[in-house]
Amino acid sequence: MGMTYVQKILARACGKESVEVGDVVEPKVHLAMSHENGAMAMNQFVEIYKGTDLEAKVWDPDRIAIIFDHRIPAESAKTATNQKKLRDFVVNQKISKFHDIRGDEGGICHQILPEYGYVRPGYVVVGTDSHTTSHGALGAFAFGIGATEMAAVWTLGHVLNVEVPATIKVDVNGKLAEYVGPKDLILYLIGKITAEGANFRVLEYHGDTFKNMSTSGRLVVCNMSVEAGATSGIVPADDETLRYLKQEAGVSDKLELFGPDDDAVYEQVIEIDASTLAPQIACPHMVDNIKTVDEVAGTKIDQIVIGSCTNGRLDDLEAAARILKGKKIARTTRMLVFPASWRIYREALKRGYLNDLSEAGAVVCNPGCGACLGVHQGALGDNEVALATTNRNFKGRMGNPKAEVYLCSPDVAAASAVTGTITDPRAGGR
Amino acid sequence: MGKIVLKVGDDVSTDIIYPGRFMATVLPTETPQYTFADETEFNKKLNAGEIPQGSFIVAGENFGCGSSREQAASCLKGWELVIVAKHFARIFLQNAINLGLQMVICPDIEAEEGDELQIEGEVLKNLTSGKEFKIVPLPPARQAIIDAGGLVAYTRARLLAGK
Repeated sequence: MGMTYVQKILARACGKESVEVGDVVEPKVHLAMSHENGAMAMNQFVEIYKGTDLEAKVWDPDRIAIIFDHRIPAESAKTATNQKKLRDFVVNQKISKFHDIRGDEGGICHQILPEYGYVRPGYVVVGTDSHTTSHGALGAFAFGIGATEMAAVWTLGHVLNVEVPATIKVDVNGKLAEYVGPKDLILYLIGKITAEGANFRVLEYHGDTFKNMSTSGRLVVCNMSVEAGATSGIVPADDETLRYLKQEAGVSDKLELFGPDDDAVYEQVIEIDASTLAPQIACPHMVDNIKTVDEVAGTKIDQIVIGSCTNGRLDDLEAAARILKGKKIARTTRMLVFPASWRIYREALKRGYLNDLSEAGAVVCNPGCGACLGVHQGALGDNEVALATTNRNFKGRMGNPKAEVYLCSPDVAAASAVTGTITDPRAGGR
Repeated sequence: MGKIVLKVGDDVSTDIIYPGRFMATVLPTETPQYTFADETEFNKKLNAGEIPQGSFIVAGENFGCGSSREQAASCLKGWELVIVAKHFARIFLQNAINLGLQMVICPDIEAEEGDELQIEGEVLKNLTSGKEFKIVPLPPARQAIIDAGGLVAYTRARLLAGK
């Protein structure tokens, strides 16, 4: 019986010929990523070694990545102290893949990992962040874990007790219309299968829409796969993956490509005609509360956010700048921009996108998670409404349970900035 | 036996259980104070010591969806609450098992705030209504972590056994 993509990756990582859905396995980890919450993992790591007479040493310092992104620069003394402890940990444990608060190599973890070539096709990647699913865009089995589980990975080098998940095949064909992109596709899918529709399952993406999609776009779709409850989203690695890793991530070593078996067994197959999709909006307070843009057009917006690990990449900033160049953001709203990394920031600066956005009235902030998780840089006031290219709109997400968050693509966000209300980019954005 | 002290609906996210703005707090001794911080009345009762250990929270589907923040399981564990849900989101479920937070998967649960619940093997009894509901057992592999007293102890044992 044929294996799905993730079954094949897991079989390799376990040194087995094959694995079946439901098998409990302990795959070798190729990359283990943490951000500021590494502080919690660090405490548990020390706890594991307590009373053992063994020196607390991570299994492989070259396979651990620590990237500061959630609260940078530190918003509080507590965060600054956690970051300081993690810096000491990085030095003591000789962890090589460390990205501090720096304008040359900093950024959001889910951009830094691909950008620096840390993720390769066929890898098992774990991260103490639910959006670790992003890295399925490069053909890795990548999923989120908690801090204690990360401490166990740092100790042993494999993930304990993984049940081989069933896979849902998502077959998407057709060309996306102008002003419709990967964000609209994933929002549509989440709306269709609901926020728990892929719980404990893998979403494996196929079809010519994905064949023709850039790695940047695939990262958007895999990033938000977790919002349908998926353990992981994954796109079989192909020529585009190789192009990205070589040209953009500077990877020079030989990469091996393999995909799912032709006779792989899928729990379910979902077919989508991408050519018929309109811009999609996730309405408060659930990511699966999806409407098309015309159904909510005219909703007044107080704050617009472009950026995050979902839509803070160069093509996202380009899309926003294309719409906002020479225009003004409505006086009744405000716009914050968070590029996903400093490399992206500098490139967007060179190409003039940041200038266009700033002249339109946007505030370009430092790369990082920013307003998305409601810690600092853009909390919402009581009864305010936000429109964001981020990935979550749960109650309280942007720091205020009395506020509302709508999610959309960069094109919708930019077009809406001009009017101050939710606006269809196909009508008002030109 | 314990009383249901909070009943919530479907898709309760970790942003509700433990808001992001408290994420810099990582110690298990400090996270409990922010449990359901935006559900101010319930949070006040917890911090005033009005909710006994072993009390139940009853939820609908997909409890703990969203962020992987372990504080969401750690804070509930701090109060020794028992969480009953129709089903749990994956990362939250795993975190709860790893920290030894008691959870009950009960797809058919019918109960109201104030009802008394009791767990008897694979059955959840609502002592107030007299109804009984089947509990879905955790996979055996997860049970090994619970039996070891959580993932820290389990990993330590594996480490000492040479992996």
